Amino acid sequence: MTPLLQVEDLHVWFDLAGGGELHAVQGVGFTLEPGERLGLVGESGCGKTTTALAMMGLLPSSASAAGRILLDGKDVLAGGEATMRPHRWVDVAIVFQGAMNALNPVRTVGAQIEEALELHGVARGAAARTRVGELLESVGIPAQRAGRFPHELSGGMRQRAAIAMALSCEPKVLIADEPTTALDVMVQAQILELLDALCRDFGLALVLVTHDLPVVAQLCDKGVVMYAGRVAERAPVDDLYHRPRHPYTRLLFAATPDLDDLEQPVASIPGAPPRLDRPLAGCPFRPRCDRAFDRCETETPALTAWPDGSEAACHLDAAVPA
Amino acid sequence: MTQPLLEVDELVVHYPVPRGLVGTVTRKPRATVHAVDGVTFRLEPGQMVALVGESGCGKTSTAQAVMRLVTASGGAIRFEGRDLTSVGARALRPLRRRIQMVYQDPYESLDPRQRVRQAVAEPLVIHGLGGSRGQRDALVREALERVELTPPDLFLDRFPHELSGGQRQRVAIAAALVLQPVLLVADEPVSMLDVSVRAGVLSLLDGLKRDGLAILMITHDLSTAARFADRIAVMYLGRIVEEGPAAEVVRTPQHPYTKALLSVVPRRDPRERHAGLVLRGETPDAVRIPEGCRFHPRCPIAVPACRAADPQLGPTPAGHPAACIRIEESAA
Repeated sequence: MTPLLQVEDLHVWFDLAGGGELHAVQGVGFTLEPGERLGLVGESGCGKTTTALAMMGLLPSSASAAGRILLDGKDVLAGGEATMRPHRWVDVAIVFQGAMNALNPVRTVGAQIEEALELHGVARGAAARTRVGELLESVGIPAQRAGRFPHELSGGMRQRAAIAMALSCEPKVLIADEPTTALDVMVQAQILELLDALCRDFGLALVLVTHDLPVVAQLCDKGVVMYAGRVAERAPVDDLYHRPRHPYTRLLFAATPDLDDLEQPVASIPGAPPRLDRPLAGCPFRPRCDRAFDRCETETPALTAWPDGSEAACHLDAAVPA
Repeated sequence: MTQPLLEVDELVVHYPVPRGLVGTVTRKPRATVHAVDGVTFRLEPGQMVALVGESGCGKTSTAQAVMRLVTASGGAIRFEGRDLTSVGARALRPLRRRIQMVYQDPYESLDPRQRVRQAVAEPLVIHGLGGSRGQRDALVREALERVELTPPDLFLDRFPHELSGGQRQRVAIAAALVLQPVLLVADEPVSMLDVSVRAGVLSLLDGLKRDGLAILMITHDLSTAARFADRIAVMYLGRIVEEGPAAEVVRTPQHPYTKALLSVVPRRDPRERHAGLVLRGETPDAVRIPEGCRFHPRCPIAVPACRAADPQLGPTPAGHPAACIRIEESAA
């Protein structure tokens, strides 16, 4: 069966101003089924947002992409803008971290959503206005607030409005790039609850891009842990926490304080991610890894499947669990 | 009687809301933001107290009042026994040296054109301390060693853009430590940093605390506060609604707001998925404080009496104080 969305061996390079290239995404892949929630998780610079932008065909002009992005089995990346455009917002939509940046400050929220509806030929006139009300209600904003300007809404309400706008063409996939990072914990909980309901009630598939592992653990079905532009580990979230196969996954969890486990020491991961503007030799995580051995110096580990279905790019095998 | 290092007593911080031209002409009544509305806590040497709450709860205004970056409208802030709200500018200067601040964003707080050496030495220059250039240099190196940027020679001549986020925040902490303060105010010290380096900076603060430094940490992150602070004060709309030993507040929360906050903090274990107590709406703005208990419009256990009574911090079965008239009933 063809998955709803399939990203295969995706690469993205950025041309650097001073010459040279930055290989931001180095062969990332994952699949997504209808209604499935996938967490794309990693630290700043790991390539998670670049992956999300590539999926939307919204990379800046200094970037070039290679690989395949299959939507219902059809490659939308190969033909560039011509094949990407019919799907952008229609099948795949995105919400960004700062909703204020995604919304036009001098137009009402309702007018902006109406414009999106008309632009994509979904509805116009009175029908569009009715639909705006429905969309706002579906994200928990009373329909009569359509006449508000973005600055008249709170941060949480703005993020809801941005989600409503992203949903205007009833996409199959919603990419949410750090949707709650700038929000308070209670508002974050409200937004996560909303995303959860949208997936459950409408079969929306979600790609949650975040640096926050606990958020992925709570909301997602499976996680893709990225490091240095690559997939370090790909597994159901339960396995990521209870049976991490990549030392990076384990160390990242160990660096996160948890309310249920106050006695457990919290340790940071020494060092910093490698630069991506030069070729990497060996495992990119090796300098920070607590389990590295000689093979990691020379050989870049490929993403390898374990019998139980998780996959990790690590030379450690079952005999030496991470 | 022993006197605490810092004693904040019924602190009030109010800001007038600008009326704008139209408001002034039409003589619209002046509105006030009640940012901090009667906050009391104390801090001892070698102790870390975390002020926890959502944006608009008054935690940052409290910290700024302690730093005298905003003027208190009422109450007292006694530092080593002297009330900071009433000392003059001249008398304040030597006191300021002893209270230092670390800000949230090391990308903003460090001058991009200054090398680490200058950034850390600057407070010494401003306060006319450190003697000769050589002595100052020694103090700078010592400060860098205390924040584990070792050997200092590796970092002295670098610019902020040549450092990682964690290293930058360490430089900012070194610049605070070089004046040998006794009190450090840390406003969201790790929230801009990557998860993998946060623990290192927090452990560093923990070590400084163990060496006797008093730390007032402002954070919205309950997991961090629970793990690293000795005491937690939970704030809501300008008030402390619950205060106590960190582990106790987290394990046996008493106030319904604390309970709700704790319930929605995402846990690492996917098997620990539970429907949190997600409160509806958002914190009301601090211009129009609700009558009675300021939490009652969002409170899941509010009763009609909560609209009338403005509860003060009082004893609870858990042993630490909280401000809720329903605690005895809900505990029974």
